[in-house]
Amino acid sequence: MSLRVTFATAARVLTQLRRDPRTVALLLLVPCVLVVLLKEIFAGEPQVFQHIGGPLLGLFPFISMFLVTSITMLRERVSGTLERLMTLPLHKLDILGGYAIAFALFAAVQVTLVSVVAFGLLGLEVAGPKWAVVLLAIGNALLGMSLGLFVSAFATTEFQAVQFMPALVFPQLLLCGLFVARTSMAEWLQVISALLPLTYAYDALAKVAAGGPYGARFAADVAITIGATVLLLVLGAGTLRRRTP
Amino acid sequence: MSEPSIRVEGLRVVRGGKVALDEVSLEVAPGIVTGLLGPSGGGKSTLMRAAVGVQRIDAGGITVLGRPAGSPELRSRVGYRTQAPSVYGDLTVRENVHYFARVLSVPEAGVDDAVETVGLGQEAGQVAGSLSGGQLARVALAMALLGEPEVLVLDEPTVGLDPLLRRDLWDTFHALADRGATLLVSSHVMDEADRCDELLLLREGRLIATGTPDELRRRTGAADLDSVFLRLVEGGA
Repeated sequence: MSLRVTFATAARVLTQLRRDPRTVALLLLVPCVLVVLLKEIFAGEPQVFQHIGGPLLGLFPFISMFLVTSITMLRERVSGTLERLMTLPLHKLDILGGYAIAFALFAAVQVTLVSVVAFGLLGLEVAGPKWAVVLLAIGNALLGMSLGLFVSAFATTEFQAVQFMPALVFPQLLLCGLFVARTSMAEWLQVISALLPLTYAYDALAKVAAGGPYGARFAADVAITIGATVLLLVLGAGTLRRRTP
Repeated sequence: MSEPSIRVEGLRVVRGGKVALDEVSLEVAPGIVTGLLGPSGGGKSTLMRAAVGVQRIDAGGITVLGRPAGSPELRSRVGYRTQAPSVYGDLTVRENVHYFARVLSVPEAGVDDAVETVGLGQEAGQVAGSLSGGQLARVALAMALLGEPEVLVLDEPTVGLDPLLRRDLWDTFHALADRGATLLVSSHVMDEADRCDELLLLREGRLIATGTPDELRRRTGAADLDSVFLRLVEGGA
């Protein structure tokens, strides 16, 4: 592994993003608009906004980074740039590390912006520290990135890659406990929920929003989220083949 | 003659259920430009992919500079230009070359040199996606030339370029060969064959002839290389 190559890759990915100001604007503004909408639709039940607002802030980067990574990585595969990179003196982890740094930075900006809107303008409150929400959100961005990276290997067109969003992201959002508490789900749904990484990411965020408890369960949530990210990255690295048929 | 830089022995590759290369054995010498010629679908790109180590091989072997193709130590010593230009469309010409230069630890000056060599000095700040096909092909070539690699594997580097630029690029290839580099350049255009020192003719995954352009003409009694090819295929000369 080489830090030089990792940072060069991160810089390259960020430059590519910058070349597409429309995507950047959408990535930054859509979460803000959605959080305003959320506040307004629950105008009659402000406690609902207070309940799901905090965790939701942290879940936006998961969704956007999943999409951005799966498409960018698919482009690298289809355009031949990935194969070309594989003939260069670089390690697969340099590519993945570069992507991770770039998207973590971008997620930090995204979360900071939506946090300013939610905490500053909309009066959202979380019982725990706000920086913890931001930090967990960056973690979720990396989780979304690794999942996007991994599934990009199973898509051959951008059309297919986009379809992985309803297929892999929506069920996780429905089952993570955001809309319905996991304990009130049917048992078989709870089993599936326990197998999905977003469940733990959400749980950690919900605990911060509720101000604790930060016990073993919280530690496990964070550890599993990080573990799932690393596992998906390793699986993703496995899909970056130097030799192809 | 010095040791060959690329040595292919009994190479067999099956792609998508079709035999792309069948028992191909050949050698590529340093210090000259070797042309890999033949019709599209003849196995040229597959052979080149094998030489840079991205092609899965079914039988046989290929060594480059004495090591198995694709060895990590070779990655900074072998330059490769894929057939379809593998360039980031959303980066400028310079940014594309610069990224590869950083990966290869090539100093800044090398970036400008490479961009100038392929005649894209004017377009350096232009986003690659807005370039013409020929210009894109040159960006990919600039990326392959970075750091003066000892072995250059160039898959149809001059397709679609205007004759003036084509001549300049072939001059560049020969200049690099004169400095000791090994160049394996593919083309499906027979009139480019005369620009090569040595030719490898590949058809339907088989090596049908090797030799200098003059040797091949003499052996087949044909005047131009197109006829050489026809006679080799039809006459079994």
